[in-house]
Amino acid sequence: MIATLLISILVITAIAVVLALLMVIADATVGNYGVVKININDKKELEVQGGQPLLKALNGEGVFIPSACGGRGSCGLCKVRVVEGGGNYLPTELPWISEEEKKQQVRLSCQFKVKNDVSIMIPEELFSVRQFQTKVESIRDLTHDIKEVRLKLIEPANIEMKAGQFIQFQVPAYELTDEPVYRAYSMASVPSDTTHIELEIRLVPNGICTTYVHKHLKEGDEVMVNGPYGEFFLRDTERPIICIAGGSGMAPLKSILLDMAEKKSSRKVRYFFGARALRDLFLLDEMKALEDEMENFKFIPALSDPLPEDNWKGEEGLITDVVKRLTEDASESEAYLCGSPGMIDACVKVLQELGMPEARIYYDKFA
Amino acid sequence: MNEFLFPLAVFFAAIFTNNILLTNYLGMCSFLSVSKELETSAGLGIAVTFVLAVTTAINWVVYHFLLVPFQLEYLRFIVFIIVIAAFVQLIEMVIERYSEGLYFALGIFLPLITVNCAILGVSLFMVIREYSFITSFFFGLGSGLGWLLAILAMAGIRQRLRTAKIPPGLDGAGIALVIAGFMAMAFMGFSGMITIS
Repeated sequence: MIATLLISILVITAIAVVLALLMVIADATVGNYGVVKININDKKELEVQGGQPLLKALNGEGVFIPSACGGRGSCGLCKVRVVEGGGNYLPTELPWISEEEKKQQVRLSCQFKVKNDVSIMIPEELFSVRQFQTKVESIRDLTHDIKEVRLKLIEPANIEMKAGQFIQFQVPAYELTDEPVYRAYSMASVPSDTTHIELEIRLVPNGICTTYVHKHLKEGDEVMVNGPYGEFFLRDTERPIICIAGGSGMAPLKSILLDMAEKKSSRKVRYFFGARALRDLFLLDEMKALEDEMENFKFIPALSDPLPEDNWKGEEGLITDVVKRLTEDASESEAYLCGSPGMIDACVKVLQELGMPEARIYYDKFA
Repeated sequence: MNEFLFPLAVFFAAIFTNNILLTNYLGMCSFLSVSKELETSAGLGIAVTFVLAVTTAINWVVYHFLLVPFQLEYLRFIVFIIVIAAFVQLIEMVIERYSEGLYFALGIFLPLITVNCAILGVSLFMVIREYSFITSFFFGLGSGLGWLLAILAMAGIRQRLRTAKIPPGLDGAGIALVIAGFMAMAFMGFSGMITIS
């Protein structure tokens, strides 16, 4: 009895060992492509073990390429230009690559394996982008349809960001999506708090990420984000500032203003915030506190359709009209806008009418 | 039956009368998920044929020279699975290194094949039916070709289906299963031509 048991164990082990040995040998001979060089943007050269997918090789060296599916080739996000040493397209890449991208030698980096020296081109900002594992510390209602989500960074534990930049939020697969997807959200947190990220997320009917955040996300849940991205941050000048935002466009401006308050900036700031009715306004106390802290800062909320029960005594009308009414000359100022494309386009027009050169209007459009 | 003719009979039976997919309904997952395009179906089908023919032969050797002498026949399930997985992995590595063309044509399907139950099924049938080495090889090859034939037919039909109006509830896997059922019925027309047990 024991003998047969031992024999069966021995035989199975022997088979497994032989096969494993074969694999190890194959891996060391057939599968060994040696060390290969990856040249990035003609600036940086990495030496990596050949034979692995480009995405993994880059991630291993700390260059993060956004990808939602984790390298299974099913999201089509991890595109990278391989300008030298690319070879032919794999059948698994083709569904994601357009004719135009073929001409530019765009490859799907999770499928493309680095077997020889290659040169690739990636957007410059990706050098400083990292992927963060985070945990939801708190979720609170700002208005009836906007939630503030506060994330605690776990790994890496710190983020270096500029006030006004955004991150990509990874939504895992759930009832509205079969694949994990990424959505961009501005950070509302102040850069000096390097261990947290705050987001303000407004519910969009049937929006994949917003529905997830509003209906499914709970405190203590883990969330993957990556960033920071974006050119929407405060320019280092002494010009007076006009800020205009609507809805969750509050987020990057709140970050910028908190940052200015911390740095004791004395620049003149007029912050116009557009909403429909009183129930769409939020963070009024925080804005009041900022007004007390910075003597040159003024927060001007404006309602376009105040309800009778709102008893609204403040500014009324479309945000563009309010800006026009309260601004005499904008030619020496610079502007920071965040909101829907319609609102931004209208505001850019008004600001130009008020004499502001287009080059000094910075904006973050929700796409 | 004649010793030379028997392997041949098994070969044709495996394609038509005892089609692994349409009579045993094995290998359905990749059959349903990869049969949308004729070209990829052909690639997968050829890869399945190749792997089936070779793994059936290897498993025959392992079974008769390793498991039978030690009276370990009951371990065949697990041993066959390990052998198939390792072999597929090795083949993938080799063709990835040495033949770009072959890798593009077959390589990407190989990981899919590891979990194709038709492969394990054929190895197990070979044992149950007590085939000789040569017969087993032809049985594997024939089963692969039969599988290729079935998936090609399916892909052809599904390409036509794209322009058809299908009730929403049936779209996708639903209609594919119904069609697979019809194809199986059609293949019953071959039964009686050759009988193998």
